[in-house]
Amino acid sequence: MRHIISILMENEAGALSRVAGLFSARGYNIESLTVAPTEDATLSRMTIVTTGSNEIIEQITKQLNKLIDVIKLQDLTDGDHIERELMLVKVRAATGEQREEMKRLADIFRGRIIDVADRTYTIELTGPGSKLDAFIDALESGAILETVRTGASGIGRGDRMLKI
Amino acid sequence: MAELELTGAEIVIRCLHAEGVKYVFGYPGGAVLNIYDEIYKQQEFEHVLVRHEQAAVHAADAYARATGKVGVALVTSGPGATNAVTGIATAYMDSIPLVVISGQVPTAAIGQDAFQEVDTVGITRPCVKHNFLVKDVKDIAPTIKKAFYIAASGRPGPVLVDIPKDITQHSCVFQYPETISMRSYNPTSKGHAGQIKRAVQMLLEAKRPVIYTGGGVILGDASAQLTEFCRELGYPVTSTLMGLGGYKANDPLFLGMLGMHGTYEANMAMQHCDVLISVGARFDDRVIGNPKHFAKEARRIIHIDIDPSSISKRVKVDVPIVGDVRQVLEELNRLLKGGSERPDAQALKAWWAQIELWRAQDCLKYDRSASVIKPQYVVEKLYEVTRGDAFVTSDVGQHQMWAAQYYKFDQPRRWINSGGLGTMGVGLPYAMGVQLAYPDAMVACVTGEGSIQMNIQELSTCKEYKLPLKIILLNNGYLGMVRQWQEFFYEERYAESYVASLPDFAKLAEAYGHVGMRIEKPEEVEPALRRAFTEYKDQLVFMNFITDPRENVYPMIPAGKGLSEMILV
Repeated sequence: MRHIISILMENEAGALSRVAGLFSARGYNIESLTVAPTEDATLSRMTIVTTGSNEIIEQITKQLNKLIDVIKLQDLTDGDHIERELMLVKVRAATGEQREEMKRLADIFRGRIIDVADRTYTIELTGPGSKLDAFIDALESGAILETVRTGASGIGRGDRMLKI
Repeated sequence: MAELELTGAEIVIRCLHAEGVKYVFGYPGGAVLNIYDEIYKQQEFEHVLVRHEQAAVHAADAYARATGKVGVALVTSGPGATNAVTGIATAYMDSIPLVVISGQVPTAAIGQDAFQEVDTVGITRPCVKHNFLVKDVKDIAPTIKKAFYIAASGRPGPVLVDIPKDITQHSCVFQYPETISMRSYNPTSKGHAGQIKRAVQMLLEAKRPVIYTGGGVILGDASAQLTEFCRELGYPVTSTLMGLGGYKANDPLFLGMLGMHGTYEANMAMQHCDVLISVGARFDDRVIGNPKHFAKEARRIIHIDIDPSSISKRVKVDVPIVGDVRQVLEELNRLLKGGSERPDAQALKAWWAQIELWRAQDCLKYDRSASVIKPQYVVEKLYEVTRGDAFVTSDVGQHQMWAAQYYKFDQPRRWINSGGLGTMGVGLPYAMGVQLAYPDAMVACVTGEGSIQMNIQELSTCKEYKLPLKIILLNNGYLGMVRQWQEFFYEERYAESYVASLPDFAKLAEAYGHVGMRIEKPEEVEPALRRAFTEYKDQLVFMNFITDPRENVYPMIPAGKGLSEMILV
């Protein structure tokens, strides 16, 4: 099953490689991993999307907790949460017809065109991973020139918080 | 008046003094020369100069295993650090508290592929409990304080501190922190009261109980509490390789070691029990064999471990208790003694009757009338001659198993070996670390002709520090455990397990300034051992026992098989 694990850790050099190394050494899957400092610059917040049986997820959370730099973690999928991912897509937009079609599709998906060039548009789209997938599916395969996705970030709903 | 500033190198030394370090095992090199210059000027601790960095870490590791204190090793950058890696990984697998200080190239040179540069923090990351790269002289003292704290607390383990050369030259005011608190690291020590109560209830309901103990009992100094617990219940006790000595081997409750080369009675009891309490052990592959086979029999499991990630990792547990083994056992003992309920005497009697039938198999029997020296016989005689009072280190292989099976350890921290990583070559440096910790103790290194050659250069260190070790070489001319597997599982195709061109070990020992012996007949075994421990008490004696090349370690559970699928002699 797919799980989203949020980790609060010391913003130290090498902290990311400790987490990444743990996953590769123990053969756990990483679907995506994002990390950045929080409002408190001594802390980093990491979001890992992983898959595995309940036993494996239990081991993953225990092993992560065992890392000295990890302060706290939460399996977001244990409760109500919001998940968002950012995608940038560069699409072919050479003819008037193509430009019209891309604008329309971007609007339907509540995307924004953030770069306009002679032959291309770059569209920014935010949402859960499934929405980004749906957008890709909606585009003709020949229309996509380049895509980049950040991987999921997540946060608990309401009073559900991960903080120290 | 301005406060006195010290250089980074001086600060390193002051930190070690503040930690009460008695021995630093190490080897100098360019990146640590500033630190060595300060070692030269001080007398609070002794630096032990080994002949290879791997041995420095092993010796520090053994010092920690034998004393319970944190072992300390010091190595230079690049090859110094890479040579140390095997030692660090060995300590990591057995949860041994170590602080390893490594030199690093100057900060400005990091990443430039400088001479003797290696990414030490990167290389060691998967085999340390934690590691640090110190980038500011002001960080040295708090980092070393943290390193000792992390190494010794919770589930212990090695911590590496990598210090670039320029940092050891810079200076700042020295102040060693008295206490340390880390928001990201707070190991649990007290077990959950509710779970402990459930455990007591489950133990008292047992019809066929087993107490399964491991290295956690040794590391947690819980031998006395374990003994009280076992005697209170009168339940059978077995131990992993790492837990030997935690409970007296000669006690009737003790079933011997379990696992791949465990006794028949221990493995059968483990497989057929209805309530199992694991005390500081982790159900590893060499202990329970195939977990699916193990799970075939229904039993309820209580698991005490300081590391939550060891619980329900390989085997599903009914009552998890995260905590320090000693504290949890104390609480269990208090509840057992304070309560009115007693174990089911009738069920227990029937269970013991079954166990005695298994015991009657006499699974450790061997041919005592042989005209060649049997390796088991040498270990038995070693036990008699030392009256069970020696520290015994071993390398890895058949001799290790025989030492574990036939030397009846009845005290903790006496059996020093590499259980998790299974590192050949540890035996001699392990014996050095133990002998330095206990200069008057009898220290025997049971080894094989394969293993001993992996760190044989340390005979020179032994001479320098006058370490009167007794090396018990069980020489069968083969990499014995490899040969045994080839005999059992590869239709006797002995690929590269025969070691030709062995040196004359007695002469080799003499060349290093020690006493060498060659023992070829069974009747010579005991007199030779007696001479070694009396006449040559103060010297290192290298005893080359020419043993039966065909002898195998029994019982044996083939890899991937279940506990009750033993090959017996």
